[in-house]
Amino acid sequence: MTGKGGTGKTTVAAALALGLAAGGHRTLLVEVEGRQGIAELFGLGPLPYEERRVAGTADGGEVRALAVDPELALLEYLDMFYKLGAAGRALRKFGAIDFATTIAPGLRDVLLTGKVKEATTRTADRRRVYHAVVLDAPPTGRIGRFLNVTAETARLAKVGPIKTQSENVAALLRSPMTSVHVVTLLEEMPVQETVDAIGELNGLGIPIGKVVVNAGRPPLLTGTKVSQAELRRGLAAAGLPTDRATVSGLYAEAKAHLTRRELEESLRVELAELGQPMVELPLLPSGVDRAALDTLAAELLGTR
Amino acid sequence: MDRILADLGVRIIVCCGSGGVGKTTTAAAIALRAAERHGRRTVVLTIDPARRLAQSLGLTELDNTPRQVKGIEADESGGELHAMMLDMKRTFDEVVLAHTDPARATEIFANPFYQAMSSTFAGTQEYMAMEKLGQLHARGEWDLIVVDTPPSRSALDFLDAPARLSRFLDGRMLRLLLAPARAGGRSMFSLVTASFGMFSRVVQKVLGAQLLTDLSGFVAALDSMFGGFRQRAEQTYRILQARETAFLLVAAPEPDAIREAAYFAGRLGEERMPLAGLVLNRVHRTAVEGLSAERSRAAADELERAGGHDATADALRVHAALAEQAVRERRVAAAFTDAYPAVPMVEVAAQPADVHDVDGLRTVGDALSQP
Repeated sequence: MTGKGGTGKTTVAAALALGLAAGGHRTLLVEVEGRQGIAELFGLGPLPYEERRVAGTADGGEVRALAVDPELALLEYLDMFYKLGAAGRALRKFGAIDFATTIAPGLRDVLLTGKVKEATTRTADRRRVYHAVVLDAPPTGRIGRFLNVTAETARLAKVGPIKTQSENVAALLRSPMTSVHVVTLLEEMPVQETVDAIGELNGLGIPIGKVVVNAGRPPLLTGTKVSQAELRRGLAAAGLPTDRATVSGLYAEAKAHLTRRELEESLRVELAELGQPMVELPLLPSGVDRAALDTLAAELLGTR
Repeated sequence: MDRILADLGVRIIVCCGSGGVGKTTTAAAIALRAAERHGRRTVVLTIDPARRLAQSLGLTELDNTPRQVKGIEADESGGELHAMMLDMKRTFDEVVLAHTDPARATEIFANPFYQAMSSTFAGTQEYMAMEKLGQLHARGEWDLIVVDTPPSRSALDFLDAPARLSRFLDGRMLRLLLAPARAGGRSMFSLVTASFGMFSRVVQKVLGAQLLTDLSGFVAALDSMFGGFRQRAEQTYRILQARETAFLLVAAPEPDAIREAAYFAGRLGEERMPLAGLVLNRVHRTAVEGLSAERSRAAADELERAGGHDATADALRVHAALAEQAVRERRVAAAFTDAYPAVPMVEVAAQPADVHDVDGLRTVGDALSQP
């Protein structure tokens, strides 16, 4: 799940993880930017680097969440191959791991996406542990670079396990198992970034899923153009004040609303021209609680 | 806002806040007003402006130098507006060139590590924005610099980036990694160097020898620049703490943006950086204060039942939704104002359409300056 900052991609990612858990499944919701957005959303304290249950569904499904820490992911990775033990902890204390994940941004992204791949393909008793893994990914401006792991690491690591790892991740990200959804608002910048990101991902051969239009508002005007004269008559019929301030105030509000709607409509057309499936999610006026997430999940998956 | 702009002692305005709250537009509107109304020779440093806004400021190419914006109304005031868009990589290149000789610079530019770091290093954009601010400040050509900050994952990144990058470039870690023997000898480091010898072996195994060679070349080439980098980061940091700087928090009345703003206000206090106020963008207000949402909606329902006044019923529903939104937004914003009652706040009403011309910026400027 990607999208411009502020479009609500964490919320949409969480709703999708919940929706996919329905039917008694287990899903994993992953964040990689250290923002602790999942914890915030579910009203929990900061999540450790550990898969832990954050929500359940009525039919026995559950959502687990994981905040990937690149340092710990590197340690885990090194440990898997080289059995570091106490020496690994010493490295961490000295900042060596921070250093290694900082010097090579590509390396950092391979570790993050690598962790997602590991969770996605993990099995227990010959069954996949997770029915689905939802990644709250970096925003549209960085998504191409983040998911194009092979290119980034190929520049730095020409051989070795990191290279193999990045190739495996790249293969998964380009397979039908992956779908990148883009969250947007009906506002100019997010729509522009959505268009750009989809172009970029297309070029990289990474499968794109839905365009999610978030925080949409239902149309309030039936389309009949309102005039001040009609307003005055209508207000009188409803027994409301018909003074000039009220009439011109309501008139200005209706006009601004119409302007806004026209702009939204043209942006909607621009998004539709991308040719991806589109889904619109309602604005949640009273904030995001569990019921709201369930509503979003139903809309996202078309199960409403 | 006019009070801040009229204060000639204020020479830098930094707009910060989370992404998607209209930071760039706010920065541009402030700079325009400073030039038109206050006669100041102003430069605005934008990071990633919307295309049409950039075009309206004449920013058609990313050439990393300020260009004068033509067609503004500053004849009377005598002010000027210059605008530039940050080119992260080019700024980094300039820093390298300023600190080393051309032969070495060429070597650095060709190194894959430099290429990766100058374009993708987490925090490079933040650091380079601050570096550019330092450069513009040092040139002394402008009496007001307005800076937009990068759309970071966290609004704090640009404060932390200089320290992080300079710590990294300081190279102690780099040199230890590449030459554990050099740092050894002293007993207190023995465990560390032992780990490091092993670490570099692990790195060599994991990443391959080529990577270490490149890294080694990168470090050797950068070696002469470490001191300079840190000095510059410290200088910029001190400028940000100075009396001539005013920080403006930019937010929208949404929970995430307000939370970030509150966090940032706390952080600025800790860093002893001067917070001038909060700009609350995209605020919805109703034009008919006396008519409540409930009454408006009930009347709409009634009109619909009776028939004949559909258009008025629609308008009343629009009003009800707006009135509810206004109440909600006030409640959200209170989380900030309750925590920081002493921080001045100015509200900018939501525009029906996005701002992408100088007229639109002027409207925002007027809103920022309302008493």
